[in-house]
Order: sequence, then structure tokens, then C-alpha cells
Amino acid sequence: MSVMDDRTPEPGIVLTEEQKRRRRARSIAIALTLGALVVLFYVVTIVKLGPGVLNRPL
Amino acid sequence: MSLSQSNEVTGSFVRVEPSLASVGDYVALMKPRVMSLVVFTALVGLVLAPGQPHPVIAFTALLCIAVGAGAAGALNMWFDADIDALMPRTARRPVPRGRILPGEALAFGLTLAGGSTVVLGLLVSVLAAGLLAFTIFFYVVIYTMWLKRSTPQNIVIGGAAGAFPPMIGWAAASGGIGVESILLFLIIFFWTPPHFWALSLCRVDEYARAGIPMLPVVAGREETQRQILLYTLVLAPLALSPWLMGFAGTAYATVAIAGGGVMLLLARRLRGQRGDAEEQAAKRLFAFSVLYLFVLFAAMLVERTGGMPLGGLG
Repeated sequence: MSVMDDRTPEPGIVLTEEQKRRRRARSIAIALTLGALVVLFYVVTIVKLGPGVLNRPL
Repeated sequence: MSLSQSNEVTGSFVRVEPSLASVGDYVALMKPRVMSLVVFTALVGLVLAPGQPHPVIAFTALLCIAVGAGAAGALNMWFDADIDALMPRTARRPVPRGRILPGEALAFGLTLAGGSTVVLGLLVSVLAAGLLAFTIFFYVVIYTMWLKRSTPQNIVIGGAAGAFPPMIGWAAASGGIGVESILLFLIIFFWTPPHFWALSLCRVDEYARAGIPMLPVVAGREETQRQILLYTLVLAPLALSPWLMGFAGTAYATVAIAGGGVMLLLARRLRGQRGDAEEQAAKRLFAFSVLYLFVLFAAMLVERTGGMPLGGLG
């Protein structure tokens, strides 16, 4: 076996439960914001183009 | 244990643990109270403008203006973290408190600024987007980075940033800049000094300790009281101009006359006061000034949406 395999892996940064909870809340907020932007762009596209959104050469 | 600490060598904030910032901290970074007034005045500009946009487009415009205002707030907190930490009123903000690092606030602010401007330009109006970008630039660079720490006229000139939103709303709806939107701009522009200086009279020691050259720190309390009265003397008749120009009705004129009268009375009563009496008078003026601006714009909004007759001398 190599020397590297004998080393104990370093734990690195271990998040506390509170840190995990807040990171999760931030991630959910970003996801909701991105989702809202997708809906906004979709609705504005329909409003601006109306039925014309389908009017294009095939 | 603190999540971040001031680095004694560089004076910068350095985090020693992973972030504990909540979603609420990022919301606070956008100065939601300022944002609400910005959105409200922008809504009035949007409703008063000729050529009503589709409700979805109007909503998009207001959303972009709100996010743009939030971006300006975040960038302001990024740059001002050092002086915010010195004043009790601002020491609990996310950056001086150590919840959000200055670099994170900077990235957040720049992302929102770029995003709101681009989306407003692509989906609503390029002119409105240009005005929004200029407003953010003016607030962050001209006011925050330059004027705030260098001149007692900081909030007079910097107040222009807070006066632009109705003009942006107007541009979003009409695609142009009307005389009416310039009048709305001027009303907020001349409202800002009495409003802000009333607050600063209650916080002279804080501003002095932080090294911010607010008017009462540099020119004294008496001069500040005098200038508050002078600006109110300009503001009160100016607030009647929407009625004189014919884009606001008698209900608005009544509100403007009554509100302007109270503003003048409170500004006059503030003159010559010292100590606790001055603080009480300044707090009353500050509180009423917020109500005054809100009621002025609300009257215009109600008149227009309610189809009430408009006034004018022509």
C-alpha cells in the first residue's frame, strides 16, 4: 500500500446544524428567485408577442 | 463567538467560520424600507404617465426598480461598513455585524444592479433602464463614495438619487421624460434635505464620531435649522405645482396645502430650539416629513386611479 493511503483524511470544514440550516434557506431562496424569473420571462414573452410567439417559419 | 472579526492589520472584515447569513440578512442588505418608498414613488410616476403599459410590464418595471434600489442599498452597505460600525443606528447592519462579508455584499449588489438594469432594458424600456443605471451609479459612486464623506451638501446633491424613481416609472410607461416627471423629481429633491437634516439633528454626535460632515456637525445646529426652514419654504409651494400644471386635482391641492402648512409650522417651531426640545421638534418633523411625501404621492395615485377630475390654471 502507498504512504498516502495510511494518512487519515482531514475533516475539512464541518458545518454546524445551524450553518447547514441557514445555507439550505439561502439555497431555497435562490431557487425560488430563479424559478420566479423563469415564470416572469415566460409571461412577459407571451404578453409582448401574444399569438405571434407561434408565428415563425417552420 | 463572532463569525467574523475585524482584521487589525488591514482593517477589513475577515470571516473565521462558514457563513451564518440568513435570507433576512440579505433582505436587510437591500434596505427594504427605502425600497418600499422607491417602489411607491415609481408606481405613481408609472400611473401618471401617458400610455398605460400592460399590467405585467408595469409589474416587471416596478420589480426591476425595486431590485435596482436594493442593489444600491447593498453597495452602499458594502462601502460604508467601516462608518456603519461606528454608529448605533447602523451598527446592526449585516456587514458591520459580521453576518455578511464586504465582498459578498459587493458581489450581491453588483449582481442585482446588473440584473435589474438589463432586465428592465430588455423587457420594458431602454430609457428607463438607463435612468435606473444612472440612479444606482449616482447613489453609490457620487453620493456614497464621494459626497457623503466630503461635504455637508452630501444629502442635498445625493438626494437626487432618491428623487429619480418616479422619473424611471414615468419613462417605463411612456418611453420618455415629461415635465410632470421632472416636477415629481423636484418635489422629492427638495423634500430630502429637511427630512434628512431633521434626523441628523438627533444624531449629531454619532455623525461626528464617524467623521461624516453632516450639516449640523460642520455648520452647527442653528444653521441646520435655518436651512431646513429655507428648503421647506421652497418645497411647500413646489408641491402645489402638479395641481397648477393640471396633472393633479383639488384633492391633491388640499393635501399639498395642508401638509405643506404643517411642514412649515414644524420647521418654524424647530428654529431656536436646543436640547431635548430640539430633539423632540426634529423627531416630529422627521416623522411628519415621511407621512407628507407619502400622502402627496398617494393623493396623486388615488385621483388618477379613481378617475377624479384634475385641476390646473390653464
